[in-house]
Amino acid sequence: MDLNLKVWRQAGPDATGRFEIYPMHDVSEDMSFLELFDVLNEQLETRGEEPVAFDHDCREGICGSCAMMIDGRAHGPERGTATCQLHLRKLTDRETITVEPWRAAGFPIIKDLAVDRSAFDRIVEAGGYITAPTGAARDANEILVPKQASDAAMDAAACIGCGACVAACPNGAGQLFTAAKYSHLSLLPQGQPERFTRVVSMVEEMERWFGSCTNHGECEAACPKEISVNFIAMLNRDYVKAQFKNPALSGQRH
Amino acid sequence: MKTLQDSTKTSDDNAKGSTRRPTNPIRRFWSSAVGKKWVMAVSGLALLGFVFVHMVGNLKIFLGAVHLDEYAEWLRTLGEPALPRTVVLWGMRLGLIAAFGLHIVAAAQLTRMNHKARPVRYQSRRDYVAANFASRTMRWTGVIIALFLLFHLADLTWGTTNPDFVRGDTYDNVIASFERVPVAILYILANIALAIHIFHGSWSMFQSLGWNNPRWNPIRRYFAVTFAAVIAVGNISIPLLVVTGVVGK
Amino acid sequence: MAISLDGGIPSGSIERKWDDYKFSVKLVNPANKRKFNVIVVGSGLAGASAAATLAELGYRVTMLTFHDSPRRAHSIAAQGGINAAKNYQNDGDSVQRLFYDTVKGGDYRSREANVYRLAQVSVNIIDQCVAQGVPFAREYGGLLDNRSFGGAQVSRTFYARGQTGQQLLLGAYQALARQVRLGNVELNNRTEMLDLVVKDGVACGVVARHLVTGAVRSFSGHAVVLATGGYGNVFFLSTNAKASNVTAAWRAHKRGALMANPCYTQIHPTCIPASDDFQSKLTLMSESLRNDGRIWVPATPNDVRSPDQIPESDRDYYLERRYPAFGNLVPRDVASRAAKREVDSGHGVGPIQNGVYLDFESAVDRLGREVIEERYGNLFQMYERITGEDPYKKPMRIYPAVHYTMGGLWVDYNLMSNVPGLYVLGEANFSDHGANRLGASALMQGLADGYFVLPATIGAHLAPLLGTEPVPTDDPVFRDAEANVDAQVHRLLSVKGTKTVDHFHRELGKIMWDHCGMARSAESLDEALTSIPALRDEFWSDVRVLGENESFNQSLERAGRVADFLEFGELLVRDARHREESCGGHFRVEHQTEEGEALRNDDDFAYVGAWEWTGEGNTPELHKESLTFDNVALAQRSYK
Repeated sequence: MDLNLKVWRQAGPDATGRFEIYPMHDVSEDMSFLELFDVLNEQLETRGEEPVAFDHDCREGICGSCAMMIDGRAHGPERGTATCQLHLRKLTDRETITVEPWRAAGFPIIKDLAVDRSAFDRIVEAGGYITAPTGAARDANEILVPKQASDAAMDAAACIGCGACVAACPNGAGQLFTAAKYSHLSLLPQGQPERFTRVVSMVEEMERWFGSCTNHGECEAACPKEISVNFIAMLNRDYVKAQFKNPALSGQRH
Repeated sequence: MKTLQDSTKTSDDNAKGSTRRPTNPIRRFWSSAVGKKWVMAVSGLALLGFVFVHMVGNLKIFLGAVHLDEYAEWLRTLGEPALPRTVVLWGMRLGLIAAFGLHIVAAAQLTRMNHKARPVRYQSRRDYVAANFASRTMRWTGVIIALFLLFHLADLTWGTTNPDFVRGDTYDNVIASFERVPVAILYILANIALAIHIFHGSWSMFQSLGWNNPRWNPIRRYFAVTFAAVIAVGNISIPLLVVTGVVGK
Repeated sequence: MAISLDGGIPSGSIERKWDDYKFSVKLVNPANKRKFNVIVVGSGLAGASAAATLAELGYRVTMLTFHDSPRRAHSIAAQGGINAAKNYQNDGDSVQRLFYDTVKGGDYRSREANVYRLAQVSVNIIDQCVAQGVPFAREYGGLLDNRSFGGAQVSRTFYARGQTGQQLLLGAYQALARQVRLGNVELNNRTEMLDLVVKDGVACGVVARHLVTGAVRSFSGHAVVLATGGYGNVFFLSTNAKASNVTAAWRAHKRGALMANPCYTQIHPTCIPASDDFQSKLTLMSESLRNDGRIWVPATPNDVRSPDQIPESDRDYYLERRYPAFGNLVPRDVASRAAKREVDSGHGVGPIQNGVYLDFESAVDRLGREVIEERYGNLFQMYERITGEDPYKKPMRIYPAVHYTMGGLWVDYNLMSNVPGLYVLGEANFSDHGANRLGASALMQGLADGYFVLPATIGAHLAPLLGTEPVPTDDPVFRDAEANVDAQVHRLLSVKGTKTVDHFHRELGKIMWDHCGMARSAESLDEALTSIPALRDEFWSDVRVLGENESFNQSLERAGRVADFLEFGELLVRDARHREESCGGHFRVEHQTEEGEALRNDDDFAYVGAWEWTGEGNTPELHKESLTFDNVALAQRSYK
């Protein structure tokens, strides 16, 4: 198939960017979207032009490196699919495909399509963990976790940290990422002791980088792991609850 | 990397994630976007209650002048004899003003925050999947409602834009106002905006308050649609039936 | 140089070695730990768990990762699960059995003491991960669920859906993140280690390049820990992530660390075959598919009919035919070689005849579509997403691909290389899997090394250094290393040839796969030993790397890695050439039984082959660490 790739080129964080159009001839429908960029880059390099910079690694939809805004959608039109798993056969109806980097204050552009997503690391550092120094753990089966709770935690934990939620959100909010990480830990019995300090520190860190959630639901639709906005409600509720909790009573059951 | 809140901080501060938040619990809560959304949800809930009661009361217009005027008078005397006349009414008015104020201030501040969160917009056309017309136009429908509200007060509370206004003569005032075709159209359009605003707001409220249980979640959307439709039909029926002459003096 | 390879195995019975060792090893007083700086390179399971644990103990840790976030490391892609000798299923598992299975599965080419320790700490790993909030699969009663994996006779594998690696890595990453916030770990992301710094024979730091700015910076410490993963990408097409590479290990090798057993490479039989020449990587499908799928090819070569047009009589269910007892469930290496034989003889299927069918038709008939959907639904979806074919209607096409590498830098019982102060963890070292790794054991080893082994053994090196400062980064050894890194970067940029980096990587991959892949012969290896240096020369005279050093230059990054693969690949082939036997992930066609099974030569090759770098253009020198088996009797595998 033939198509035109309209790609955002930007030499560096402060450079002015622009779209460049690259005609691609006779590309295979079985190609993945990133392989299309591999081919483009080989062509560019052969012509003596600098290749397009883009983050990618595992190419099986789990590392969360790849990040492209494809025709106005984070990770492109296929639901529940990261850019690396999107294949051209899903895009046969298009003549021109426009590709932009994620745009958000918390994700400054490094070059071309590559952005800096370290803000997500800051959110996890703020409280996205359960304090469990190595070697201090008791036997694994002493902690009973109801299957439904474990399944729900796993649903949230499936997040790959790609940033599509922020990219897709009309407000540039980081709520779905933060909620997924928070809910994963706070749905489990192991996560209870730190639950209310965790929610406050994670939310406050999140708001240093990202916009606010106004419940569009665009994040859930863009998420390659289809993580539910239900977790955002959980985060919101616990944040408010935390304001009214007396920390001295946190050892009491209910 | 710069954060949204403070451009004077060094990048070192940012990397360490030092969050300087107010220590006063109320100010701290208000300083957070999640807190502000909670305030918007609670104030929004109060406003939804008002809009509904207001509509129910106004529908008395179809029972005739006596009923509507009686209802208006009842509002003024509510709380008597324990409290003097109009004290409860003024209490409710103050509550409403506070709810409107908080709702609007929070919305304005969040909008500013969201603009800062994406200083450079997408350069190609976005293709939205889940965000709908209602959710994306909240700030515009909100502004329309606020402006309409001022007109509505001037029209039927203070009487400044209504030449035939007679204080206390509620039924006649309404008819006099709505018999003017442009005013009736204005009311109808404003109530459409209100319904759109409510359609997203009354669903969004559940999320912001964290009222979320997969078992009950489908009901939330159902509620939002029904509520918005009821308000729209109820409120619009009045100017529509007046301007078409079905209801009159 | 005379190098004596002493594994430093503690004396005493195998059950007591680790406990006795921990009692006898030198400790660093808690108040003194903050006086030591440890550099950890790599943020996968081994690196992240080691950095977090060392920081918890009180050491100052400097973490280097070339990823944008530690969470991206390729451990995240492991699907199946993690083994542990918990015996929660009461089916007869024990530390002894996990130890035995691992030594036997590794075809008797691993160190008994290391493997026993691995089995011992496996139980602590599960406790640790659950405490961190890893959402392992549960029974309805709330207890942990297990499954049997890779033909094991006990259910000892813990799993979190098909994303066990992801969840374990996130657990370690979160523990690391906590230490970053506490200020105990200095996190350097997008920072690639390009040289090891050695002073007076002791590792004292690394030199790294910042991938966004190109700035070259030295990091000095009392010890250097490499947890930089395996080298499967030397084959270009593998299930590894695109950025996985051998550079950190290779540069350490060139500074004196021995590279052990590089020829042990594991091929996974159930991957999705490449669709065209532009294919950038291969995707693994869980091995569990072989439990219900039947593998076949058309009986006549070059039969291009669509599979539903090929009647039963024209199909060859070659595994069932050749191995009636095990059928489609023969071990990974046997299944892989059998598939290669079919494709090589013209029986391959698919548009470019590079796969074999894995057919679920009879399973659907027998069990019903719902059961199949429940068992493999997500895998079928993944397959359809990648190939565009519906496996319920058309049999899947599969083909083996490089998946894991058992070889790596040589380490002793302490996980320290022959260069004092340089530790190597996880897939980057050679230690625990012998010639072949069991399913669900990679995650176990990475976490064992990082959480439990290194934090205990590193004291042996650090305790005597108390009171010494790390070598300052303005010392000539650092200056030299920085100059060395600079020189290489500029050498790459100044070739200004005509062919892209990927071109050379792909060519190298073809040589490796064709001549040193699933089946190797003296001739094929000799051929590779001439074609690799030729390709390397061509690379250095004709590679085109555009752009400059001082920016985010991904071609430059890749060029450095491919340059190292071009050197390392030759060593891998050389190791394969010298090892005149077949064992585990190393199959020499000259050494096979009449049934075509791997034929070991325990008399001559029961040793670890560790290679020493002797300078560019020189033949590397082989050192041997002989392996003794006191607790497991050597036996030949048979799957007839």
